[in-house]
Amino acid sequence: MKAKKLLSLGIAGTMAVALLAGCSSSGSSSSAASSGDTATSEASAASTTAAGKVYYLNFKPEQDEQWQALAKVYTEQTGVPVTVVTAASGEYETTLMSEMAKSDAPTLFQVNGPIGLANWKDYCYDLTGSDILGQLTSDTYALKDGDATLGIGYVIESYGLITNKTLLEKAGYTIDDIKSFEDLKKVAEDITARQDELGFAAFTSAGMDSSSDWRYKTHLANLPIYFEYQDEGITSTDAIKGTYLDNYKNIFDLYINNSTCAPTELAGKTADDSRNEFLAGEAVFYQNGSWEYVNLTQDGTFTDDDLAMIPIYFGVGDEANQGLCTGTENYWCVNSEAPEEDIQATLDFINWCVTSEEGTKAMANDMGFVIPFKGAQESSNVFVKQDQEMTAAGKTPVSWNFTTMPSENWKNGVGSALTAYAAGTGDWDGVVTAFVDGWATEAALNATA
Amino acid sequence: MEKAIKKFWPVFILPTLAAFIIGFIWPFIWGIGLSFCKFTTVKNVQFVGLDNYFKIWQDNTFVHAFVFTTAFTIVSTVLINVLGFTLALLLTRHVRGTNIFRTVYFMPNLIGGVVLGYIWQTLLNGLLTVLEKPLITLNATYGFWGIVILMCWQQIGYMMIIYIAGLQNVPTDLIEAARIDGATSRQVLTRVKIPMVMPSITICTFLTLTNSFKLFDQNLSLTGGEPAKASQMLALNIYDTFYARSGAQWKGIGQAKAVVFFLAVVVIALIQLRLTRSKEVQQ
Repeated sequence: MKAKKLLSLGIAGTMAVALLAGCSSSGSSSSAASSGDTATSEASAASTTAAGKVYYLNFKPEQDEQWQALAKVYTEQTGVPVTVVTAASGEYETTLMSEMAKSDAPTLFQVNGPIGLANWKDYCYDLTGSDILGQLTSDTYALKDGDATLGIGYVIESYGLITNKTLLEKAGYTIDDIKSFEDLKKVAEDITARQDELGFAAFTSAGMDSSSDWRYKTHLANLPIYFEYQDEGITSTDAIKGTYLDNYKNIFDLYINNSTCAPTELAGKTADDSRNEFLAGEAVFYQNGSWEYVNLTQDGTFTDDDLAMIPIYFGVGDEANQGLCTGTENYWCVNSEAPEEDIQATLDFINWCVTSEEGTKAMANDMGFVIPFKGAQESSNVFVKQDQEMTAAGKTPVSWNFTTMPSENWKNGVGSALTAYAAGTGDWDGVVTAFVDGWATEAALNATA
Repeated sequence: MEKAIKKFWPVFILPTLAAFIIGFIWPFIWGIGLSFCKFTTVKNVQFVGLDNYFKIWQDNTFVHAFVFTTAFTIVSTVLINVLGFTLALLLTRHVRGTNIFRTVYFMPNLIGGVVLGYIWQTLLNGLLTVLEKPLITLNATYGFWGIVILMCWQQIGYMMIIYIAGLQNVPTDLIEAARIDGATSRQVLTRVKIPMVMPSITICTFLTLTNSFKLFDQNLSLTGGEPAKASQMLALNIYDTFYARSGAQWKGIGQAKAVVFFLAVVVIALIQLRLTRSKEVQQ
């Protein structure tokens, strides 16, 4: 009898422990590995005396595998354990916030520019004097707060109008015919006029679904901001004037009125819709960036000869010498709260990534990045090559000023207004209000810290 | 057995209690504490007193979200309960196929909110396109009714099951006695059945009221608060405050909003419980 009681007590106890263990372990694994896998090579770490470890919370899900592989190589060579965790698309900020609160916080993380830095600057190690800073080809890729360098841009990307050259020729034009906004308008409207005969449209759908609206509320909106900053000679502002919003309207009108679908349907179109239209040859132009290269070429739909990226002509300034929109919104930051040896290990790791043969090769070829470091390797990405050619030919790249947009909330406001405008339920004044007044409001809210 | 339970009750209670404390009580207390702080990660906080509470109304979205949520809660609570009860009445009439209908009506409840939101977005957008109206994310009125339709579709079946259980517990001799006394079927319904199922009504209104007030996933996936936050409900507003803005101060403000939100839910739920409880009768 007594034995039975003891047995039942024991079983109940085991169940209790199992239950607790179950909930604790599932809790940690679900938050840590919310999307990517972790790859730590403890075996080799144990055999050496390397101090410190690296934990990289990666922002780009499309390069997760490549980072895992690179981390493995580094661990094999040096014995320093490198963990790479990738946050799910759109979940970086959420993941970072919960990971940073843990005892084993990421030692290396990313911010997207000055505005993103506002959240995290208390956690950023000052990189002044570090090896990697000396490797940068230009000081513009260092993210500064006052005198401190808190972030390092590690990948440069370009965006513009990706053009299907074959279709453009079918319509009777070449990319050399497009040298200004007027040219672009003429070509696009001519294609639309002959759409039935040609069987394709000028632009892929300017989808305003949340998977795609960043192409307009962020990337396209960069142009009026860029030209205004140029005029004023500033690099950020608390109150945008909206000098070039009419040009913004013109190009957006061009996009939505010469598209594969009616403007009223754009609110529901996704990024995939737009890409698939381009892949299916339903449209000539597709506004997107160099990161799309792999998606467009991987299954052989397009070869390098079919594709070109032309600048987003805006009808402002010296259009003949306008280049692609080139810049970065990927900055590496080192966690200042991490133990000293982990910080050192992290600095060594990122320096190795951009200087060593393996690191630069992996970043150029496997990840398709152009990195702003002295040891960078040639990338095979055709859009990237074009950007380099244009810059070499004396064209001025349009810098990425959208990192100075006051908040995500501002972008969403502009996005909503653009969507309503495209669908006809709102007017352009709504966009102007969201753009100009929204900017002032958000900047004021940011200032009330 | 009785004795064993008396002796070993801690063993049975402890696991759940511990899980409840770890997973609910502790984060809850911590959450209230955080609403008085400025922070980026929850480890590193700076006490700011009531500052966050004063800043709740600063971004002008909280009041609108509150009004929108209240309107939605009233409409959906009434609709879901009336329709759920009607279905329950129909399906306790011993007609053929009752079980199939009960199962079918219950099924939507088994699908997760986010999935439902996207499915209904496609459906409603398809319909709106045919009618040549702007899509659901472009018009707050469509957004409002879209969420109402979605919630009705999801919740009616669940409430129906509770009402069916209640109706089946109404003693047949009571109904028979009422009939013999000459009561019409309307009188049987209002004077006998409804008073007898009052406990079910309490539960169902409580569930629909709090569910509607706290609604998040369906709101996020169906409209995402579009256009320009016009269809944003409270929970989404809080989420938005927390994540869509830059600067450490917003985390605390979001947290303060959440505490206000919690108090509102508690007050409303308590009032509702008191109101419907007072109408319950002893069986």
